[in-house]
Amino acid sequence: MSLLEVTDLVKHYPVRRGILRDREVDRVRAVDGVSFEIPRGGTLGLVGESGSGKSTACRAVLQLEKPTSGSVRFEGAEIAGLSRRRMRPLRRRMQMVFQSPQASLNPRKPVDRIVGDPLRRLGVSSGAERRRRVEAMLERVGLDAEHRRRYPHELSGGQCQRVGIARALVLEPQLVVADEPVSALDVSIQAQIVNLLDDLQDELGLTYLFVAHDIGVVRHVADRIAVMKDGRIVEQGDADQICDRPAHEYTQQLIAAVPIPDPRESRARRRS
Amino acid sequence: MSAPLLEVSGLRVAFATEAGLLQAVDGVGFELRAGEVLAIVGESGSGKSVTAQTLLGLGRSPGARIEGSVRLGGEELLGAPEETLRRVRGERVAMVFQNPMTSFNPVYRLGSQVAEAIRAHRPGTSKAAGRARAVELFEAVGIPDPERRVDAYPHEFSGGMRQRAMIAMALALEPELLIADEPTTALDVTVQAQILDLLARLNRERGLATLLITHDFGVVAEVADRVAVMYAGRVVEEGTLDQVFYEPQHPYTWGLLGSTIRLDRERPRRLAQISGAPPSLLALPEGCAFRPRCPHAFGECPQVPELRARLTDSPGHRDRCWLAPERKRELR
Amino acid sequence: MARFAARRLIGLVAVLFAVSVLLFVVFTVLPAQNPAQQLAGKNSTPQLVASIEEEWGFNDSVPEQYATMMGKVLTGGLVSYRPRVNVLEQIVERAPATLSLSIGAAAIWLVLGLALGYLSAVHAGSWLDRLLTGVAIAGVSIPVFLIAPVLLYLLSYKAGIFPSAGYEPLTGNPWQWLTHLILPWFTLAFLMIGIYGRVLRSNMLDVMNEDYVRTARAKGLSERRVMTRHVLRNSLIPIVTLFGLDFGATIGGTAIITESLYSIDGVGNYAAQATANFELPPVMGVALYGAFFVVLFNALADIAYAYLDPRVRLGEAPRS
Repeated sequence: MSLLEVTDLVKHYPVRRGILRDREVDRVRAVDGVSFEIPRGGTLGLVGESGSGKSTACRAVLQLEKPTSGSVRFEGAEIAGLSRRRMRPLRRRMQMVFQSPQASLNPRKPVDRIVGDPLRRLGVSSGAERRRRVEAMLERVGLDAEHRRRYPHELSGGQCQRVGIARALVLEPQLVVADEPVSALDVSIQAQIVNLLDDLQDELGLTYLFVAHDIGVVRHVADRIAVMKDGRIVEQGDADQICDRPAHEYTQQLIAAVPIPDPRESRARRRS
Repeated sequence: MSAPLLEVSGLRVAFATEAGLLQAVDGVGFELRAGEVLAIVGESGSGKSVTAQTLLGLGRSPGARIEGSVRLGGEELLGAPEETLRRVRGERVAMVFQNPMTSFNPVYRLGSQVAEAIRAHRPGTSKAAGRARAVELFEAVGIPDPERRVDAYPHEFSGGMRQRAMIAMALALEPELLIADEPTTALDVTVQAQILDLLARLNRERGLATLLITHDFGVVAEVADRVAVMYAGRVVEEGTLDQVFYEPQHPYTWGLLGSTIRLDRERPRRLAQISGAPPSLLALPEGCAFRPRCPHAFGECPQVPELRARLTDSPGHRDRCWLAPERKRELR
Repeated sequence: MARFAARRLIGLVAVLFAVSVLLFVVFTVLPAQNPAQQLAGKNSTPQLVASIEEEWGFNDSVPEQYATMMGKVLTGGLVSYRPRVNVLEQIVERAPATLSLSIGAAAIWLVLGLALGYLSAVHAGSWLDRLLTGVAIAGVSIPVFLIAPVLLYLLSYKAGIFPSAGYEPLTGNPWQWLTHLILPWFTLAFLMIGIYGRVLRSNMLDVMNEDYVRTARAKGLSERRVMTRHVLRNSLIPIVTLFGLDFGATIGGTAIITESLYSIDGVGNYAAQATANFELPPVMGVALYGAFFVVLFNALADIAYAYLDPRVRLGEAPRS
């Protein structure tokens, strides 16, 4: 059974105008009918450029924004449109890793508080137990004890992202939605974080929805890829197949646009 | 060989911060010939952007300590009077910046901002002439419907279009050198391809020398003739495109090339990574700055290696690594 | 634009309604003097008072009295109790004084305040900046009722340069008009110079760090052009809104204290005296007159903003 099954997900934003009462005159179709599924332990890569709707889709799947219509089934149960109260117990099983490491961490809290708060918020464990789990998680993501009391502005981008990952995983979720987790990082750090996410998936049996604009990174981490444009998925399939033999014109354009870090290949491609 | 268009040597830039002296650029030198494209590659903290901005005296911090020499066609720019720099900017050397969304003044029309650049150096230009030239330039960079677009405000343009407009403005006075500081980093990949195409075309058709700052080796491979790799404020390797890509001499370059994902090859089981993180510019390690992260560090490394050519048959290929060339070939 | 105007018009009516109701309720609750008593005057008898109460409707219910008063407002027949004079006529008679005071002070505070801010920002950190900041802080901190007496004492009483009180109409003697207003102008402007100077300085320092200023320099523009056409121009936009609010309020009579101190018979002074006497009609008249100008100038400020910043469409916040 799939861990996550999304069918015809739609998220529209109304554009309102009027004199006394704002009336809707138009809608922004951010997500316009998106369907995919992710098996337990698998990774789906969602690729798209800016404005494709991929970030909105993430938020709609996690019910951080109420979908306009469509179905989201998590572990077999329908969660689309659930009230915040009903979603609360489910939140520990689905977590998110964000793009900008410095911007998504509370700058006024030290690392151990940042990672420990989800445990406290969902009433999970006692103080001592919390400390143990936080320490274990920080070690798992490659941060030592000395980082525990640091603040985000004292850490590098890569370290901040590790904290973000630790925070997402401390509740032992089933599903991790990663929205551009490595885009803001330097290339050499990107590689570290990608490898880390890979290792964690193997160890903890995680399921990933990996969203990015860089199809190269996505291909590396995903089993299956879905390509998004203007709120819709234009092509979906096995990662290698999509990249080696793209069927849709947009996917072909996307792949052709990626520069090849190899001068001879690059020249050859330009000649052809 | 003709004299180089741009000669930078011994460039050092330091900022006094609360936490101490931050050495952003630590002895950078390179040459750029007319019509050539030199790419400076590095990650954040490498000093590449600070270098680019210091060339024209456009650094943000007025309290920066700057040493060294920047010669444009023989004329020294570093420490030159403001009037000299003002004349050079826009007319002989033009600059394009990273974020097209914020690089234009939002309250003026694009065409008038382009005309402003022209009038700064040709004061007698009439409004009509300025506008006409702006239309011409917009067309040259591939902006559709230039007659109308020239009267648009920046927020009416997409990121890619704005970057084209920036490039158009940079070309207004037919400069000899274009400095492009991460011109495509903030753009979508399809748009990036178009902009790189444009830059390559301008270099080919107009012989426009280009100094391209980037962190992306793919971008480098697409447009550069020569490459300089920067790390912790220093150039650690420099050579032709083929030299640096196919015979890299510095372990940092190996690491960077290894970490770069390639769509045209089978994906590796695991991405090669460089352990650790770039050093703090407030406290650079003694000797070779890459030493703490280098898997091949050995006895010589606590001394700062000079940037020089170590391969007998490639005098233009310089690097800062103590390892003997044969040893490097093995390790790579 | 039509939609914007319609919205603002409806807003204006709503504001005027709210202001009038609020005032009315406040005065109903206050232990004011019996208005009928005031109207009757010195030689009042209980019968006279009672008949006045009947005639004027003071025995009606509160909402009825409100309606009656609003009716008088709309027909221009609102009358104060003691002295029994038409409020509208009073306001019209006094408006030129307030307008002269407001417009003159506004011109001075704009010019000097913006100059102060500009110089502070351009020379940020220097002794000049520190000096000007000191002046600005003094302006903001020293209350009007301290400045006025000091200026009057030094420049009017002691030095005899300026007259001490009152207002001379422009149509009468222009020179007298001017000399009578110079001290009040500066008194009123001092505070605003401080505020506007600080605001402009702060805006300019922010704008100077923007990317497009760096682009302007990279194009080879002279430092002066960069400062005026890019930094100053963009920094002034929020000040337009601020000015709209301040100017509207000043014309609407908030220069009460200044008018009192200099014995200028303007609209503000009128309201001050009426409030001291607990008389509702003049206060109501001035409040509605003031509210009208505040709403009007607010709308004008928004229009100006939309004109100056092309990202803004009337009635919306700027898209970044």
